[in-house]
Amino acid sequence: MSARHVCVLYGGRSLERDISLSTGHRVIRALEAKGYRVTPIDVDESLVRKLVELRPEGAFIAMHGKGGEDGTVQELLEILRIPYTGSGVLSSIRAMDKVLTKHILEADGIPTPPFYAFNDAAFREMGAKDTLDIIAEDLGLPVVVKPAAQGSAFGINFAGEARDLPRAMVSALSFGRKVLLEKFVAGRELAVSILELDGAPSVLPIVEATPRSGHAFYDFDSRYTAGETDFVVPAELDDAVSDEVRRVALATYRALGCRGFGRVDIILDEQQTPWVLELNTIPGLTETSTLPMAAEAAGLSFDDLVATIMELAL
Amino acid sequence: MNGRITDRYEGKYASRTRVMRSSAMRDLMSLTALPEVISLAGGLPATDSFPQDVFDRINRQISDTQRALALQYGPTEGFDFLKDDIATIMAAEGTQIDPAHVLITTGGQQAIDLVTKTFVDPGDVVLAEGPAYAGALTTFSSYETDVRHVHMDSDGLVIEELEAMLDRLAVEGRRAKFLYAVPNFSNPGGTTLTLERRRRLVEVAAERDLLVVEDNPYGLLRYEGDPLPTLLTLDEGRGNVVYLGSFSKIISPGIRTGWVVAPNAIYQKMVFGKQATDLCSSPLNQLFVHGFVASGAWRDYVARLCDIYRSRRDAMVQALSEEFPDDASWTVPEGGFFVWATVPGIHTGDMLAKAIGENVAYVRGDAFYQDGQGVDSMRLSFSAVPEERLVEGVRRLGSVISDQIELYRALGL
Repeated sequence: MSARHVCVLYGGRSLERDISLSTGHRVIRALEAKGYRVTPIDVDESLVRKLVELRPEGAFIAMHGKGGEDGTVQELLEILRIPYTGSGVLSSIRAMDKVLTKHILEADGIPTPPFYAFNDAAFREMGAKDTLDIIAEDLGLPVVVKPAAQGSAFGINFAGEARDLPRAMVSALSFGRKVLLEKFVAGRELAVSILELDGAPSVLPIVEATPRSGHAFYDFDSRYTAGETDFVVPAELDDAVSDEVRRVALATYRALGCRGFGRVDIILDEQQTPWVLELNTIPGLTETSTLPMAAEAAGLSFDDLVATIMELAL
Repeated sequence: MNGRITDRYEGKYASRTRVMRSSAMRDLMSLTALPEVISLAGGLPATDSFPQDVFDRINRQISDTQRALALQYGPTEGFDFLKDDIATIMAAEGTQIDPAHVLITTGGQQAIDLVTKTFVDPGDVVLAEGPAYAGALTTFSSYETDVRHVHMDSDGLVIEELEAMLDRLAVEGRRAKFLYAVPNFSNPGGTTLTLERRRRLVEVAAERDLLVVEDNPYGLLRYEGDPLPTLLTLDEGRGNVVYLGSFSKIISPGIRTGWVVAPNAIYQKMVFGKQATDLCSSPLNQLFVHGFVASGAWRDYVARLCDIYRSRRDAMVQALSEEFPDDASWTVPEGGFFVWATVPGIHTGDMLAKAIGENVAYVRGDAFYQDGQGVDSMRLSFSAVPEERLVEGVRRLGSVISDQIELYRALGL
């Protein structure tokens, strides 16, 4: 039997292009090691033409952020009838929009920090700035301000006082038209990876990230620079707490209708409540990313992880 | 893989690695390199204008007559014939030197590295212009330097502020190891230190026993006004100036050839430093530079570059006056590659994501400070972008700024 031909879609135009290139290169090497015939495609306006010419048996989407993780490339692959890795169009749209995600979680009774959200039209056309004091009072300080649709902690700001809010809003709105204002929850940062094995989503060992001093939180530099963050795998949690974290992560995955794999970011507060911040449908697969760590802790090498994700799509 | 996952080399690293950080978030390099993005970010020389026949002739000559020499180790301080060439080049700017005091380096960046390596222990104070060349700040930071910025205005470094800074340091019981300055068409400021201030600066250096590191990579690329004497010339042999030069902007950055002119005692230390770093700079590259300079071809080429850059500067400055808001300000350089633009109150780091979304890129102002200043400024480079693209880039940037101003207003800022 000849090797199966797959395309790895990576790069693209999102702010996470660098991460995507890094994820993509590793995925390409892994798939080749597993015997696939791989055509890498750095995604630009020639994508559709290339896919039509190549007619691959499947596509591995190694893109993060806008275009790759928000349902856009998924829609194109649906139209071209090319099977692809990970979540479908609707789940991608839901997960990419942190606000939409949080509404869905709330409706399903899954704990997520209290929040408000605006698009910039509310400020430009409806005078929303006059609500900022009310928001600060309702949510309590500090408030975390983030763009609704960016990954890798781009544009995330903390407002320690109500008067810091407009500044934080400008920063977040520079990264996207919609902004989430969220109550800051202090606690342990857990990355809970989910991978479908034997036909059902299964939770991989929980990873706890503890950024080194000098980083305000698990920010861009601490995510992608080796040695800037310590990880504990599996996270040291009581059995009951661990079960609850896993239950909440799975519930999130199901509520958004995800497929294949994903990573749920959770803050575990002092009362041991796991607050869900977001779900990434295409978590990073770089050398410092948490999904590969979790997989390895479960006995799955990087190459096996990538092949598993690919096979689920074919 | 179970348990605590740390960097397994953690216990072995030198303390200086702690301050070495990725700047991926800062400059979004891979995006600014995309063809559809008009990049006003990189300070790239227009190497596409290097004449092919000259390139071929020099390479042929090396291949025919100097092949063994080109492929062999060379002297650490560089070939004597290239030192003579450098004396010729510097004389074109009115600076007379003794070629024996020239140390050839692997690019101007190595010259900065060697000076820092020679003078700085961890925690030592180095003074730098504010804003300062980001590549120098990276070097200072890798030697764990305590960088203090001295403010610049449209006439370059403000000497009163330098004196005030020296006074403050004296009160702290500290001394600056040196002052790093780019007097001609500074990167990123685009400003030129006036003659009066140059004179005052060398006086202050003499009075206060301050070593000045004069970095002059752009000096020959003056396309307007008369050349000003270098600090090295004005110092009149008192030994308070270490001069750094580079062929990157007048021939090619790919050729990685720069130089240092230093007083003898410093020169000796730097030769040892260079020996430890790379034994010698590439003989092949030195021969290429020599072939270019000795033939005299550089004079026409530099004149041609000046024409190219003048025209591009004019296009950018004209576009700025049409597209940028009224309260914005920018420098108009008499040479070099850069315009430094300031839009009061607008955070250029935040705005970069939006600008890249509109296919235009620049370098955010705070990249040129070690201490968080410069947030409402940006460096715009016109050197490698043809006129029509420059105009279009500035137009896009202008509309991003307008949108941002409206957003600030909507938020009551």
